[in-house]
Amino acid sequence: MTRINQQWIRPSVMVACVIAVYVSCSFAEEAPPLAANPVLEKRVMRLSEELRCLVCQNQSLSDSNADLAADLRNQVREMMQAGKTDAQIRDYMVASYGDFILYDPPLKATTLVLWIGPFVLLVISGALLARYLNRRRRVITEQALTSDEREQARALLTGDQDGVP
Amino acid sequence: MTRFLIPLLVFVVLVGFLWAGLSLDPREVPSPLIDKPAPEFSLPQLRDPDSVIKSVDLRGRVWLLNVFASWCTPCLEEHPYLVDLAKRDVVPVYGLNYKDRHEAALKWLDKHGDPYTGIVVDAQGRTGIEYGVYGVPETYVIDKLGVIRFKHIGALTRQVLDEEIVPLVKRLRK
Repeated sequence: MTRINQQWIRPSVMVACVIAVYVSCSFAEEAPPLAANPVLEKRVMRLSEELRCLVCQNQSLSDSNADLAADLRNQVREMMQAGKTDAQIRDYMVASYGDFILYDPPLKATTLVLWIGPFVLLVISGALLARYLNRRRRVITEQALTSDEREQARALLTGDQDGVP
Repeated sequence: MTRFLIPLLVFVVLVGFLWAGLSLDPREVPSPLIDKPAPEFSLPQLRDPDSVIKSVDLRGRVWLLNVFASWCTPCLEEHPYLVDLAKRDVVPVYGLNYKDRHEAALKWLDKHGDPYTGIVVDAQGRTGIEYGVYGVPETYVIDKLGVIRFKHIGALTRQVLDEEIVPLVKRLRK
């Protein structure tokens, strides 16, 4: 039994290798553009994560399968191949589509509310909280004990039952 | 009294914000191209691929640029208004055939009418990107100096045409 098995191992391994090579070759033929330049591709993906897809507004260009997103990714790739910097590409996209395409909007007059708003709300609510606490402190004033009460407290603390009225 | 008034006031303000937010269309992204020079193009004509139309050659005229495609359903919705506009001869309308197949575009125009003064082909959508196109149809009003003065995203309606675009064109002509 074992002898027969060993006889068959070598040919079957070879067949498996041939199939594996064949399969991987056919796959390689189908997806060339991504593998063409992995460094460039990584840069394309990194930049397109910062850019919003305008068709499906809650996805970035790198997440989206929309036609326009694919076109814009191609545009990014081509501009990078042409030697443009990330900042130049970002500016190009903003010129066509506006700040909306950026997930991280720049600070300027029209986005001031967006950037400052939360801090303004924090200051207002902080002031309201301070006012409320201040007012409460005035309502709850400390009252001095009368001499009877003081005596009673002393009695309770020392366990002297005589102090109880 | 203020104990009830303040929460009420806060509530009213909140409702105001939410109300305004609901009535806004999140798909309508303000274009940064308004009052900026229209991106220049030099593209082959749909009906005569050997000749090109250059946007520079249209200087000195007020014109509309309408981005359309045969695969675009809302384009069909606005098409009768454009055909009507062409009949009235109000303003030259140039078509940008966006990411379309050549024969499909021609067949579509045969079927639904051709209101365009000229049609250029943007098969790859490059010019579309420069114009910030993200939802076909889109329509631009471009003035004599080649500056974009108005942009409409989505299908045109009779109201937009008669109340915004036509009066604007008349004003820009002066």
